[in-house]
Amino acid sequence: MIVDMTPEDIIGEYQEATLTYCDGQSRKVLYTELETPYPDGKLIVSTTTPDGIISHVNRAFVEMSGYTEAELIGAPHCILRHPDMPSAAFKDLWDTVQRGEKWQGFVKNLRKDGGYYWVKATVIPNVRGGKVVGYTSVRRKPSRSKVDECIALYPTLS
Amino acid sequence: MSYMFTVSPDFAPDHLSGWYIFNTWLQKQSAEAIHLEMYNHYQDLHQAIAADKIDLIYANPFDAAMLVREKGFLPLVRAQGESDEAIIAVNANSNINDVADLKPNTRVAFTDDPDVRLMGMIMLEPADLHAGNIAPLLSDNHVLVAKHLLKGEADVGIILAEAYDNLSGVIKKQLRILVRSQISVIYHSLMIGPRLQNRRADFQKILLEMDKDEKGGGVLNALGFNAWQRIEDEEMEFMIDLMDTLNT
Ligand SMILES: Cc1cc2nc3c(=O)[nH]c(=O)nc-3n(C[C@H](O)[C@H](O)[C@H](O)COP(=O)(O)O)c2cc1C
Repeated sequence: MIVDMTPEDIIGEYQEATLTYCDGQSRKVLYTELETPYPDGKLIVSTTTPDGIISHVNRAFVEMSGYTEAELIGAPHCILRHPDMPSAAFKDLWDTVQRGEKWQGFVKNLRKDGGYYWVKATVIPNVRGGKVVGYTSVRRKPSRSKVDECIALYPTLS
Repeated sequence: MSYMFTVSPDFAPDHLSGWYIFNTWLQKQSAEAIHLEMYNHYQDLHQAIAADKIDLIYANPFDAAMLVREKGFLPLVRAQGESDEAIIAVNANSNINDVADLKPNTRVAFTDDPDVRLMGMIMLEPADLHAGNIAPLLSDNHVLVAKHLLKGEADVGIILAEAYDNLSGVIKKQLRILVRSQISVIYHSLMIGPRLQNRRADFQKILLEMDKDEKGGGVLNALGFNAWQRIEDEEMEFMIDLMDTLNT
């Protein structure tokens, strides 16, 4: 499971929160108000096993998350979960892809250094020979207006 | 029996003679009769694919999913180290400095190359632009996209990065790059259809050794790259999944 975040990794003033994941485990996260802008022209790509363990990341993923590739591979994808994200969003994500459909949504992600970045994510099941062998998420740069809508909406969801 | 080879229209014009030389070389190496048929527009290409006329194709990534899933094609090789990237360009004198500055009804010039258009439209999304709120300007080729920008007839242009880089210095001086994609996992691929598939391994071997062949190296130069690189089935599946996520 993922370990608690530690102050040595954090850049800037931070707050603390304890996240409880859907598998019942919890983690102490430290987060700041520093936003890393989404780089123009890039896609952030990752693939997970059927149970959400990261199995592949591209370079943009490593750069934006602040973790090394070695720290990411084998970790559950909720390593990026930000306390401002409502659980309902991820429940919808999992319900949708487990039905074999495509999910799209705006996600605020937590960096290793406590900062955050917004993405527009599309998640699909990877079907090989009729079987789901994993899931892939491709993120692109979101528009400011869509992010502002989410900033207003997400605190009203649980 | 004679087989039919074709090249996705977006790549054909620049290296037209190269593809004919390549086809001659491939026939000799494989001892198969292969006819190269070029289509000027995607519509004609798609009709030929639907009618099961094609056996070998240098395919746009946009068509790869349909070729694999509906037509039983399998990947052979791709141009080594090359990938499809798109550029959003503006007139050098434009007051637009960031995609986020763009407003609805922006005049966008592009060609009918579907993957470049897809990548370009994704790069315009940060300004909330989409197919429904732009003024599209469909152009016959990438040079004409550039000309629309020079004449002030379009506000932004979507151009295949390789085509942009090959524009003349005079044209490029009057343009400015707003965004260049760095996707690197989307590429054209040479694919083989069901009728020829019993020779897939032979074709792959011939192509992978092409750069070491005395004549082959020169033919590759005429196509604009140095060597072929094998595409594993899973690599192709991954690109298809990726295109699927972008297609919404
Ligand atoms: C392919 C894929 C990519 C995901 N990407 C993210 C992500 O970038 N950030 C995130 O917080 N959760 C992501 N998730 C969702 C997590 O698996 C997890 O559901 C979420 O972080 C919330 O944790 P919880 O479900 O344990 O409560 C992704 C899931 C999948 C299948």
